[in-house]
Amino acid sequence: MLEFFSSEEVQKTIEIFVNEFPMAIWETIYVTVVSTFFAVLIGLPLGVILVAGDKKILKIPSGFLHVLNVIINLLRSIPFLILMIMVFPLTRLIVGTVVGTVASIVPLVIAAFPFIARLVETSLRELDPNIIEMAQSMGAKPIQIIVKVMIPESIPSLLSNLTTAMTTILGYSAMSGIIGGGGLGKIAINYGYYRYRYLVMLLAVIFLILLVQIIQTVGTHLSTRLDRRPRDRA
Amino acid sequence: MIEIKNLSKTFTTKSGDVEALKNISLTIPDGEIYGIIGMSGAGKSTLVRCINMLERPTEGSVLIDGVNLSELSEAQLRQERQKITMIFQDFNLLMQRNCLKNVCFPLELAGVKKSEAVKRATELLDIVGLADKAKNYPAQLSGGQQQRVAIARALATHPKILLCDEATSALDPQTTHSILSLIRDVRDRLGLTVIVITHQMSVVEEICGRVAILNGGEVAEEGPVNEVFSAPKSEAAKRLVYPDGYSETLVPTPGEHFIRVVYNGAEVSKTPLIAQMAMDKNIPASIRSASTRSIGGKAYGNMLLSVTGDEALANEAISYLRKIPDIIAEEVRPNA
Repeated sequence: MLEFFSSEEVQKTIEIFVNEFPMAIWETIYVTVVSTFFAVLIGLPLGVILVAGDKKILKIPSGFLHVLNVIINLLRSIPFLILMIMVFPLTRLIVGTVVGTVASIVPLVIAAFPFIARLVETSLRELDPNIIEMAQSMGAKPIQIIVKVMIPESIPSLLSNLTTAMTTILGYSAMSGIIGGGGLGKIAINYGYYRYRYLVMLLAVIFLILLVQIIQTVGTHLSTRLDRRPRDRA
Repeated sequence: MIEIKNLSKTFTTKSGDVEALKNISLTIPDGEIYGIIGMSGAGKSTLVRCINMLERPTEGSVLIDGVNLSELSEAQLRQERQKITMIFQDFNLLMQRNCLKNVCFPLELAGVKKSEAVKRATELLDIVGLADKAKNYPAQLSGGQQQRVAIARALATHPKILLCDEATSALDPQTTHSILSLIRDVRDRLGLTVIVITHQMSVVEEICGRVAILNGGEVAEEGPVNEVFSAPKSEAAKRLVYPDGYSETLVPTPGEHFIRVVYNGAEVSKTPLIAQMAMDKNIPASIRSASTRSIGGKAYGNMLLSVTGDEALANEAISYLRKIPDIIAEEVRPNA
């Protein structure tokens, strides 16, 4: 155990830290943010369709909703590690390669959007149905109900759920280090798993924890701050 | 004018069909405050939702100023709904918008320019007495204040009909009183037709001109409030008018007159009403039944007095009682 912390080991770690960590942290943030963005872009409308279709706000055939539900469940049941490999052809089609930081965004988006669709669905379902009835009684169009009532009224819940999604994506992005995705995950696997440099791995993990902490704190803070309902209510 | 013609609504559920409304026909003249009263499950909420087609009637039609709502397209119906607005038991304000923006909401839906919407919303908040709360969020307001914002919101699109679905049921008697005064006030000012759905007798007595009693999805009785409540004919009406269901045993002896006294926040805790009437007018009255409560020094509820004598004596007693503020007195004839 002691030799890991020998001065040579520490020196090497510092060297790796200075040379590789800034880029790795940047890559992790970049991949997480971009993947979350695209996953929300796909997942949010799907979540809206699931709720608005079910509540008959949008006229969507129930067969379509059923198929959508099955697809979401299917994608959610595939382990991320397997999914990354399964979507290689799609990744190659979009990015041109299956290795590297940018390439890891494709499987991340595909793994995250069904998850986000479900979270959005949960958030929107929490909304009091009487509020939707109120909007209908005032002659709101379906799109107005979605854009002016359902989404804005669910903002606090949506934000806190998106925070959960983002931390999960961050975790997945670390896993993509195995297939050559960049970031802190790659460092942890390359040095910790392949070269037994546990100190480097430990550092990478500490930074991953820090990033999760930051995302969670900012997300929770925003969600509470933007909630206009009383906070003392149980 | 609102004409409801042979309206029926049947809900199909897993356990079979439920007939919520059966062959309802009502005519509501312009400018009226029309009460629809009934116990829970009588079909009141379904009926009011058929008036703006939130629920499509299974049979029959609703005509507003001669326009049959069932024949309108979705888009036309949305247009029409700007003229038939609604307030609710739970206010249904948008919790993430401040009061001003809540009032702006129907104007946004209607595509009114933002500056104009804000101007109109500010005026309306002033009318409902909440000009100073424009920037507050609904959660910071009391129930009564939230309902005032909801009323302002309902008036934003210059409606001709205001539907009130148990609008005061979540409020205490004093707040109920102030909300009802506001509703009457805006009716007078803007010439609205108001439909008040409630299970509370006191609400109907306080503001309605006409009333329909709904029971088991059917209209049990309909007419001017004082007529229906002074001489209830149907079982459903009797159950509402006479508290505690003693109407069967209520048989007047010759020369006995029953007077129903309704307390609507009268300051009677200070004055002994019956003793005072005996001293001032020399009319002895006995209490046949009473269900009143005192909230903040004001009395709410109703009481049935009996006075024995001729018609003139009964009328004298009624006019004496009516002089007291916030008291409604009416002769009732149980077996008429």
